Amino acid sequence: MADFWTTVGSADFARIVALSLGVSLSATGLAILLGLPLGASPAVFRFPGRRLLIVVVNALLGLPPVVVGLALYLALSHTGPLGELRLLFTPGAMMLAQAVLATPIVAALVHRALADLWTDYGGALRIDGATPLRSIPTLLAMGRKHMLTAALAGFGRTISEVGAILVVGGNIAGYTRTMTTAIALETSKGNLALGLGLGFVLIGISMAVSATAFALGLGRTR
Amino acid sequence: MTMARKLMACAIVGLLSMMAGGVRAESIVLASTTSLQDSGLLEHILPTFTAANGIEVRVLAQGTGQALATAARGDADLVLVHDPEAEDRFIAEGHGKDRRQIAWNDFVIVGLGGDPAHVGDTHDAQAALRAIAAARAPFVSRGDKSGTDALEKRLWRAIGLKPSSAAGDAWYRDIGGGMGAALNAAAGMNAYTLTDRGTWLNFANKANLKILVEGDPGLVNRYDVILLDPVKHPDAKHEAARRLRDWLVSPTGQSAIGAYTVHGEQLFHPSAAAPK
Repeated sequence: MADFWTTVGSADFARIVALSLGVSLSATGLAILLGLPLGASPAVFRFPGRRLLIVVVNALLGLPPVVVGLALYLALSHTGPLGELRLLFTPGAMMLAQAVLATPIVAALVHRALADLWTDYGGALRIDGATPLRSIPTLLAMGRKHMLTAALAGFGRTISEVGAILVVGGNIAGYTRTMTTAIALETSKGNLALGLGLGFVLIGISMAVSATAFALGLGRTR
Repeated sequence: MTMARKLMACAIVGLLSMMAGGVRAESIVLASTTSLQDSGLLEHILPTFTAANGIEVRVLAQGTGQALATAARGDADLVLVHDPEAEDRFIAEGHGKDRRQIAWNDFVIVGLGGDPAHVGDTHDAQAALRAIAAARAPFVSRGDKSGTDALEKRLWRAIGLKPSSAAGDAWYRDIGGGMGAALNAAAGMNAYTLTDRGTWLNFANKANLKILVEGDPGLVNRYDVILLDPVKHPDAKHEAARRLRDWLVSPTGQSAIGAYTVHGEQLFHPSAAAPK
């Protein structure tokens, strides 16, 4: 237990927590930016390939992190097509990997919520003279609790992920080491109790983020 | 809409370039092995180097095979590994040059106190593996092309065996993982395994495992630092990498390596002056 408190109290640990949160929150933000239009457009517009888009987005819910990590690794590698960006083994690469994983989750949940709302209220909105495009803000406002769930589901995927960020981040001490990769490392050193303790801290942080988001979301409703 | 998209693009590019980290001091990527990380050595000695030279060292702890592959792709600036044969190939292919040994320790075979193959307190690794195979006693193999894995495969080859769980040797368990994962697996499966002494000494989940075979000259574990060849890898940070290499083989670096102990035991023997 002494190990646990020394670790948790250290400056290194604060940096690990900050990096975990920074990478996961920015990846979630990016996933929302991409997932919102990706989920909303097939809900309100009719265009060729719309069904295919829905199928693909839902299929990608099961995207294996280690495959995303490997594909991104090859792309970002010095000899890869995006090697010039010099992003491999940086927090930026980790954020990209997590955003790729979270985007389908955000898109699928946004689509589900907006498609239902559009079925129920689309007619009424159109009678009021709104085009599908101009109805989107109204629909988003109506479904804001679902949007919050979508964002939190995306965040849940990113903060808990280890397979992809281990490959593209490299688990470099003080630079790309996050909560999850630190837990993996402590496990490999045989410090099982310390690893588990860090796991509980991670769960606590994740719950705190969700609780904060809910508090903010509900506050707006009233 | 286009304005919003432009803003979004700007935000993403800005965030990425910020995260790529241009603000820090000079840094190099050292492709190294899991044993040097799990044993705690690099964590112990590198802050001294960074404080004196202002060069941040980003350590990638991978198996030797993967570390050399990472460097061959141009994704690292310096290599510190422990598989002489793989290193020979790396150098022969023109990726690396100027190999220097920095330290050595040894490999040991660990297993349970029960010792079904009766290899305890012996000093002949090949005889021990032969006995383990004959007894069909559980043995955990790394199976990850690391330096330790390469040595294990060489030992089996030397006694004319090629155990494989795919071929029906259920006692031979190829876990495809790092040294720590292999030790955790051995502890959990009551199995034997080959480990480097550094990782072993710093490993906290020994359970009932203990050292059974040690002191075989064939179990020497040498760590070499290799510079990248500027012809093949013109973009690597050669100057900073060379400074770390020079520090590792300097009297200061060597004594830092020798001074690292766990539970009073020295884990690595500096050997830049007299390679073993």
